[in-house]
This record gives sequence, C-alpha cells and structure tokens, in this order.
Amino acid sequence: MRFWKLATAAIVATLLVGCGPPQVDQSNSGADSRTGTLRVWLFDEANRDPKEKVVNAAVEEFEKNHRDVTVEVRYIAVDTRSERFTGAFNDPSSAPDVAEFGNTDLASYVTAGGMSDLTGMIEDWPAATDLSDSVLDTAKVDDKVYGVPWFTGVRALYYRTDVFDELGLEPPRSLGELVETARRIRSERPDMYGIAAGGKYTYAMMPFIWAAGGELAERGNGSWRSAIDSEASRRGVRTYTSLLDPAICPPDQCAQLTGTESVQAFAGGKAAMAIGGDFNRTAVNEGAAGEKYDVVPLPGQRTGSIAPAFAGGNLLGVLRSSDHSTLAQEFIKVLAGKKYQRRMYEAMSYLPTFEDVQDKVAADDPAIEPFIETLQAGTRFVPSTPAWSEIDAQEILPTMVQRIATGEEVRPATRRAAQRMNSAFGDR
Amino acid sequence: MTAELTTESDPRTPPGSTEARHGHRRRRSGDNGQARAAVLYLAPAGVLLIAVMAYPLYQLVQLSLYEYGQAQASGGAPLEFLGLGNYATLLSDSRFWMVLVNTCGFAAVCVLGSLAVGIALAVLAGRVRWLPRTLLFLAALGAWATPAVAGSTVWLFLFDQNFGLVNEVLSGLGWQGMAGFSWTYDRFTAFGLVAGEVIWCSFPFVMVTMYAGIKAIPGEIVEAASLDGASAWRTARSVLLPILRPLLIIATIQSIIWDFKIFTQIYVMTDGGGIAGQNLVLNVYAYQEAFAGSNYGLGSAIGVVMTGLLLLITVIYLWAQRTTGENT
Repeated sequence: MRFWKLATAAIVATLLVGCGPPQVDQSNSGADSRTGTLRVWLFDEANRDPKEKVVNAAVEEFEKNHRDVTVEVRYIAVDTRSERFTGAFNDPSSAPDVAEFGNTDLASYVTAGGMSDLTGMIEDWPAATDLSDSVLDTAKVDDKVYGVPWFTGVRALYYRTDVFDELGLEPPRSLGELVETARRIRSERPDMYGIAAGGKYTYAMMPFIWAAGGELAERGNGSWRSAIDSEASRRGVRTYTSLLDPAICPPDQCAQLTGTESVQAFAGGKAAMAIGGDFNRTAVNEGAAGEKYDVVPLPGQRTGSIAPAFAGGNLLGVLRSSDHSTLAQEFIKVLAGKKYQRRMYEAMSYLPTFEDVQDKVAADDPAIEPFIETLQAGTRFVPSTPAWSEIDAQEILPTMVQRIATGEEVRPATRRAAQRMNSAFGDR
Repeated sequence: MTAELTTESDPRTPPGSTEARHGHRRRRSGDNGQARAAVLYLAPAGVLLIAVMAYPLYQLVQLSLYEYGQAQASGGAPLEFLGLGNYATLLSDSRFWMVLVNTCGFAAVCVLGSLAVGIALAVLAGRVRWLPRTLLFLAALGAWATPAVAGSTVWLFLFDQNFGLVNEVLSGLGWQGMAGFSWTYDRFTAFGLVAGEVIWCSFPFVMVTMYAGIKAIPGEIVEAASLDGASAWRTARSVLLPILRPLLIIATIQSIIWDFKIFTQIYVMTDGGGIAGQNLVLNVYAYQEAFAGSNYGLGSAIGVVMTGLLLLITVIYLWAQRTTGENT
C-alpha cells in the first residue's frame, strides 16, 4: 500500500514538473508561395457596407495584377479579436496571411511571436516616407516595424455652440480655462455636466498627463518603469480628476463612465463639453446635440497650445506563420496605400496616416480639421510592451482616477498605481 | 451478466493450478471477479470524469506552477517553471486579501439570505390554498428561470440613478433624497443591491427543495407531536428540522458553492467590480487580473486556491453538521 502511495506521488510530481504545459511551434515552413489563396482578416464594423466596398475594390485591383491569386477576406468581430488572434497564433494552419489589428494590441502580438518584421518593406516602399512619424511609431516594437498604419484616430474637444453663445463663453484655450469654463457652465446650467469626464475614460486622461509634461511610463536599460507618480504626471492627473467634482461632473454619476458613455452623455445633451474622437462624429450628429456643436483641439497647459493626443488606430500586418509573405506585403501596399486610404476616409471617415493625404482631406472637409490639427501637432502612444495589455485589463489607471474622485489624495493614489504598473512591467 | 462475470474464474489463473485449489484463494478470485465487474460498470463514468474533471484539474494545477501567458502559449517565449511563485505573488497581494474578505462576506450574506427567504416561503407555500401557492411558485420559477445577465440588467434598470422605477417611487413617496440616488456608488449599497439580485434568483431552489421536504413529512408525526402537547416552535425545532436536515445540507452546500463563485451579477451590475474595484469578488478578480490580461499561470493559481477554499468550507460544514447531528 505504502509503495503505491509513493509511486502515485512520484508520478504526479513527474507529470507536474516534467512535462510542461502545451506550447505551439510558431516557425513557418519557410515557403513563400506566389500563387494560391491569400487569407485576410479585417475587423467587422457596425455598418460594414462602405468598408467592404472599398476593400473589394482593392482586392479586385490586386487580383488583376496577380493572375493566379485569390484573396479571401473575412470579417471578424472586434469584441472577440483576442480569442481569434490567440487561436490563430496557437494553430498556424487556421491563421490568416494578412490581418488588421489595433495598435494597442501590437506589443502583445509581437511578444507572442505572431507577427513578422516589416521594417525592410517600409524602407523599400517609397510612399512610406509620407507616413506620419508619430503614427508610424505606434507600429514599432524595439525599433522594428510590425505593421503598416491603415488609419488613425485622435480625440479633440467637442462643445455645445448654443450653450457657449447663451452664456457668452469662448472655447477654452488652455486646460486651466477648460476647468473654469466647465465650472461656470454647471453653475448656470445645473442639469448639465460642465464636461463629461468619465472615471473610466483613460484616453481622455492621458492628454492631461502629457500636456503637463508627464509620462505614463519611461524606458531605461531595456525595462519600463511607471512615471505616473512623477511630479509632472501628478499635476496632469490632478487637473483631470478636478473635473470629477460635484461642481463639474459629479463623481456619483461620472466615476463609472467609460469613453463611449461620456460621448453619449454629450450626444444626448447631458453635457456641455466632451472629449471625443473623429470616429464619434456620426454618433454625435445623430443625437440631441446634433447641429449645435463644434470641435476644437483639446488645449494644452499654455494658452493657445494643443495637448498631445493619444494616437489610436489600426494596422495591417503579416502573420509570421504565413507562407505567402511577399504577396501579403504587396497586398498591404495596395490596401494601406494612399489611394485606398483616401477612399477609406470617404467611406468610413477614418483619418489617413499619410500626411499629404491628411492635408488633402482637411482641405475638403472643414469638420475634420481640428482632428488633423491635433494629429499634426504630435501625438503620443502607450508604452509599447505586452505589459500594457495587462495594465489595461487590470484597470489600473481607471481605478486610480476613481479612487481620487471618491476622495483619496492624488499622491498616494498615483503611488499605488505606479506600484501596480511596475509589478506588471516586472513580470515581463 | 453479473452472474456470469462473477462466477468466471480469472483467466490469468490457469485452471487446476495450486492457487485455484485452495479454498480461500478461490474466494479471492471470486472477489476479483466482482471487482472487475464493478470496474467495468464504472468505466464509462470514470472515463467521462477523467476527461472532464481530472484532466482539466491537472492542467489547472500544472499551469499554476509556470509563468504562462499568451506569449508562452503560442510559442513566442520560453516556458519558465516558477514552482509556487504564482501563489507567492497572489498571497502577497493585499488586493487579493481584500477581495477574499469581500467574497466570503458577500457569499455569507447571499447564502443566509436565500436560505431565510427560501425556507420562509416554503413554509408559507405549505399553508396557503392552491391559487396563492401556484402564483407564488410561478413567480419563484420565473425568477429562477431568468438568465443571470438578463436579471442583472433588469435590476439595474429598476435601480437606475436617473430613470429607475425605484428612485421614482421612493421620491414620489416624499423621500426627496432618493431622487438621483446612485445605488452603485457606495460600496455597501452596491453590494446590497447585487446581493438582492442574487437572493432573488437563488431562493427558488431552496424554496422548492424545502417545500418538497415539508410535503414528504407524514402528517401523523406532526399530529403525534401536537398530541404530546408540543408547541409549534418545539415541533418545528425538534421534529421537522431533524427530518429536513439532509435537504437543508444539500441546499446550503449548493448555495455556498454558487454564491462563492458569483461572477455575472457582480460583473454586470457593478460594471466589472465597482468604483476603484471596491466590489470585486474572487471570480471577477481572477478574470480581470489574469485572463483579460492573458496571464494564465496566475489565473490558474487563483482557480486552485478557490477550489481548495470551497472544498475546505464544504468539508468543515459537513463535519459540523455530522457532529451536531449526532448530538441531537
């Protein structure tokens, strides 16, 4: 009996320690076929038709120039992208050759070993010199490019022209003025938020930190360290959280608002100002605020300056397991090229990533100008490390903002957030 | 089939061998046959259990011993054996302890609440006519059948800060402070609201179980007790309760397991753990900390700790029940 017990224990221990958990061999066959089927994954949209038309035109053009190639496009849901990409990395035979993905996901996909290095392709592609530098930075990990920016998105300040006219206000020209204006509006219009500033709206908070000269994290000796508790960052956090105040946006209503909900509050007429993206224009146009709003770049610390915005956007990349990598790169040059970026803007109003194309669309459509202005004033990005997805998933920054909004001091709250961020960085 | 199998001698023992000739040996071989029959009969269930229980549990424990994220799963980074490293990280995280206290307190309230409501209504159902009883059962079964996400969302609508029926009614009754009152802002009102929803959808199980138990008690026993001059309270405590004890144990253990593992209600109603994570419970914490950030190793460690805790609570409860059961 004793023997069996010992034997069982030994077997269990060997199983637990000896053979590790499953891992996939990610290396491809080394093949680079010039014919056959090129599989492409793009994100599905609430209204996909316009996007699909542009993509189909690009596919047609590509197939005309490549006789024996068929392009198979599949649309995947944004909400389940993590499962889909995880599945593609774990089972290379079901993976696509080309995929669209969000730039905040890039670092974790690269660390997972899923994407191929496109640095050479960018260097050899003449059009790439017109790509906006700060947007191209969002496609880099360790100075290597892993995707071509397909479109970008930035946020600016939406405000209600009717409310501002009635109260005789001017759009704020600095962050200090923004706080004052918001307070003024709520004192005159107690049923409105001065500005819809959500406790979970991290991308609205980031410009406040950058405008104050702060950083989310800094890189030294190859490892990241949180800078959210530095003097400058704290100043930015303090300004943003001062908006979550009964006199501007009461914490019991605003502490739980996400980005989408903040914009909805503005669109529904509940807020006099909001920070929203170019991609939110349709939603706002359809709401109660409809015709009665305008947009200016979010002001910075100094009067007349522009706060650095977060450069969101999507990239097109080639999967490492692809056995059509040359074809895949050529397809990306078509779909993410100037011609089809322009068409994507016309169809979906997504901002182009080439500066010359940006200038052209701004000249044609004044409504997009404040966003282009924000974009060209220089944008920033989240730390390009897979730890960022962990920090994001653990809601470290929203938790920090909510703690301050519910009465904690800025200093201990930022210190605690910095500790949690550092432990996420340290894991990697 | 059984008879055949049990009388058949072990094929490995050659007929007429010395072993088979001894009486006690033959009895052993008969035992062996029976054991083999038992193994055969249990095999299908065993295979199923190993496939759906043992193997995942083995994987869970194994993953918890490694640094295992998406990068490791898809082969982008080498595996690193951490031993108990994930557990050390977990146990040294002050948030884990806060969440553990939250979970235990919240589960205790929910278990006691659903037992109290369920038993009270079961007793009530046993004493009213069929029409109110049918209505009661319909209402309870309706609550039971509502999917957790739908139930939570409906409760959120009812308790909405600006448009909710509850705030409208309360302020309409003259309670002005309730206009625009946020039920999810304060930690304890938020927990209270979610506990209300959890009790609402879990009391029907207790009620139906206990009602069936009460109905199964023969009338003569209660009659005998009243003939002996026992009061209603005395009858309930000394006659009915001991008879209902096994059912009560099942209902309690089920409730503990359910309420300890609560995810949907907290996730939906407090928007993923409440303001600054004040309403996190273990399952939501595990999801957020580990799976949303694809840190599967740490997530598995949380899973193992939860399984262990649940087993421990159940064993302690069963043991306590057995000792008190023997005393009475």
